Amino acid sequence: MISERRDLRDLTDEILSASDAEQTEVIVTESDTALTRFANSEIHQNVAERNIDVRIRVINQQRTGVASTNQMGADALREALARALESARTQPARPDLPPLAPPAKLDPIVVDDATAHATPEERAQRVGAICAQADAAGVRAFGALSTGSVNYAVANSNGLFISSPRAVAHLRTVAMADDGSGYADRTSSHLADIDAEAAGAEAIDKCMRTRGAEPIEPGVYPVILEEYAVAELIEYLSFIGFSGLAVEEGRSFMRPGEKITGEAISIWDDGADLTGLPMPLDWEGVPRRRVEIIAGGAATGLVHDMASAARAGVESTGHGLPAPNPTGALAVNLFMAGGSAKSKDELCEGIERGVWVSRFWYVNIVHPKQSQLTGMTRDGTFLIENGKVTRAIKNMRFTQSVMEAFGTASALTSETKLQAGDDYDFTAGIRVPAVRLDRFNFTSVTR
Amino acid sequence: MPSQARSDRDRLRGVKRSVKELARDALDTAQVGGAQYADVRLQQTRHQEVSVKDGRVDGLSQDFSEGVGVRVLVDGAWGFACTSTMSKAEIDQAVEVALGIARASARVHKRPVDLGPPVAHKGEYVGPVGTDPFSVSLEAKVDLLVEAERLLRSQPSIRFAEASTECTHWRKLFVSTEGAELEQEAYETGAGMECSAVNDEELQKRSYPNSFGRQVAQGGWEVVETMELTSNAQRIAEEAAQLLGAEHCPAGRKTLILDASQLALQVHESCGHPTELDRVYGTEAAYAGTSFMTPDLLGTLRYGSDKVTIVADATVPGGLGSFGWDDEGVEAQNVKLIDEGLFVGYLTSRETAAQLGNGRSMGAMRADGWQRIPLIRMTNINILPGASSLEEMIAGTRDGILMHTNKSWSIDDRRLNFQFGTEMAWEIKDGKRGKLYRNASYGGITPDFWNSCDAVAGPSEWRMFGLINCGKGQPGQVMRVGHGAAPARFQNVNVGIA
Repeated sequence: MISERRDLRDLTDEILSASDAEQTEVIVTESDTALTRFANSEIHQNVAERNIDVRIRVINQQRTGVASTNQMGADALREALARALESARTQPARPDLPPLAPPAKLDPIVVDDATAHATPEERAQRVGAICAQADAAGVRAFGALSTGSVNYAVANSNGLFISSPRAVAHLRTVAMADDGSGYADRTSSHLADIDAEAAGAEAIDKCMRTRGAEPIEPGVYPVILEEYAVAELIEYLSFIGFSGLAVEEGRSFMRPGEKITGEAISIWDDGADLTGLPMPLDWEGVPRRRVEIIAGGAATGLVHDMASAARAGVESTGHGLPAPNPTGALAVNLFMAGGSAKSKDELCEGIERGVWVSRFWYVNIVHPKQSQLTGMTRDGTFLIENGKVTRAIKNMRFTQSVMEAFGTASALTSETKLQAGDDYDFTAGIRVPAVRLDRFNFTSVTR
Repeated sequence: MPSQARSDRDRLRGVKRSVKELARDALDTAQVGGAQYADVRLQQTRHQEVSVKDGRVDGLSQDFSEGVGVRVLVDGAWGFACTSTMSKAEIDQAVEVALGIARASARVHKRPVDLGPPVAHKGEYVGPVGTDPFSVSLEAKVDLLVEAERLLRSQPSIRFAEASTECTHWRKLFVSTEGAELEQEAYETGAGMECSAVNDEELQKRSYPNSFGRQVAQGGWEVVETMELTSNAQRIAEEAAQLLGAEHCPAGRKTLILDASQLALQVHESCGHPTELDRVYGTEAAYAGTSFMTPDLLGTLRYGSDKVTIVADATVPGGLGSFGWDDEGVEAQNVKLIDEGLFVGYLTSRETAAQLGNGRSMGAMRADGWQRIPLIRMTNINILPGASSLEEMIAGTRDGILMHTNKSWSIDDRRLNFQFGTEMAWEIKDGKRGKLYRNASYGGITPDFWNSCDAVAGPSEWRMFGLINCGKGQPGQVMRVGHGAAPARFQNVNVGIA
């Protein structure tokens, strides 16, 4: 593996010097990751993956082509460059093609070696602890613990060379009994911060409390959404509406400058914040800027890549994805402001009859312009009566505009929790509070 | 070129081994290292995509990936590692990593893996191909897409449109310590287009020939030619524009007729996934979920009406789930999952088939690349054609809705509670197709829904669909699967939910 910064620069320099295109960009993504998966309180899958991907983009006479390879031999790299040049030759000119990014610098991020190079034994020890807890409680443990690092570098013929490593540890676990299940997860840039036993205890406690769940009538209820559920909604909002291109194409719920949801809701993206999963550059080599997306319920900002920024007459915010990318920029380092509630129990106070949601499952888009999503609750759904959680209820399906629901946000916890948007590819980190929404629409119940 | 790359290249030149020799050597290394069983899978994938959006070539990429995955069983537990460097030294190192991982797995392991009877096939599989899709010039592909996309924007309300094509060529070599030696290759080719009509309040999308970006099948450029993109583009644009002004789909319990493409996705979500035996045994419980179709229900659960027979058929020519052998070396098979409504079969691996007591696997283990382990994945999950027709179903419906082309999908973690939305829908009144509806949706509980099926259209309306975005597993794997389906009718369905 090429693992030193200098080697990555050698690699990109060689490709750039070999290219006779007007402009050339090289993205190198080098990953060394591992995942230990367990089910029925034993390890059933245990994998390690090392790969390197070199992606070359060339621009010639307002035409662009992309090619990639994971082979580092001279012939393979030369062939990839030739394929990119061939691709650029065979298309009409695009006068609106944005230029490649200008040179930039980043403050270095220090990667935790213990997380980047965690051993299978270290993962097995943590997984074993959860399985032992489950055995002692008479339930079964399921889940996965992933560790590893990814190194990104972007270089181009404008003189740009920018790179950043990233290490992430992510644990998710479900405890299951015949008639109940509970969930917990933990994410950090430091494996040492992953308290596997605490996560196991949380999942087991929730599993025990979900046994014997009974259905309630679907309808509109006040809800407490734990951080797991909130992060999933925010991730979907980002996907469908936070980009400049989504607004340009009229498919976003964002109406810049207007109030679009409740005053308690503020969401921003910050790739440099160390309390998230920092990713300070995008795949066009632009340092990520902090973008206030929703502030006090108003749509205040959008994320851009080079193309959408050029059309909007602004600068890229550093949220570009690897070319070719027809879907636009993507915010992947999201934060939601907390409130003043000291605990999730405090969020329940005053709720006469409501629903506690631990997490959602299979969320999908129903109407992007209305931020309407559907999905199921899972692994810990409870009834709240007179300010207290009283009993487990069957999982329910929601079909709901998120902006409308956030418009009824009446309390948020002061503490926030880091959630991984994707547990293995290390793309998204979302830090959110738990929230109380006064109206949330459940449309059906499952068996 | 950089020093490391040069060193890799020189090492490769010096070794001069064929890939088969490299693979066999890796098996030897694994056995010497203590593996009870090992398999080695070398895979090479070439992929090309061209997309045109808003009158310009928006993406033109050509990707290549190659590597080796090594799976070993030590002390009854699994280990897996991989490398993209095709040299003996690197592959041996991957084997050592896999052996170490397996030993760590054995520390938290209760039941030794039982793979059932050995599998030692030898052979070659070549998927069907007419015209090599890579031999068609990029210029010809760009010209086709530019014209199709131009026609998609023929309506003033179309805000954005896109047309794309792709082709893939994969080659695999699989060898195992049981003596299997299999070489396979296939081309996968496809295309699609979509456009969105937008006003202040609404966005209405139409896709052709299917949603999810494009329709893909095993085959060559002839797959794209039969789609006739340019002949259909204006119609698709007109439909999107009409949807902007259509009435919202009414709510209530009605007779529902699904077109073949939506029925294909219904089969995927509510029959394909819940019959994956790894889900049933809990190995996807923390992520993709489990299944309501448990082994105690095998042979007794009335899953659907007697109109419903669903098979897993990895032998269909052109299916995205077709192959000669799966990624455990088990031969392609055609097995029944649902037989005239009765739940009779599962998608299996060798390990889960042995656990079920079936003995031999039906062959559904596939990985989405060299760097990933195989998991139980759908092959071609097909509902067999019936004796009705779309027109006959409409004529026999007093108060119903016809829904067409998927737009939204969601189902619970046990695959019971589902909700789908479609791009288009039409009122059916007194046996005739009526007005167009927008934002149509329907939902239900899987066995209730399939038991309400009273008609499936016949062979002339049965088509194969290729789905390219089936997600499962950790690390996440995206699999390409096939579904054969025809229009079908269901009674007393909850529609107009969203």
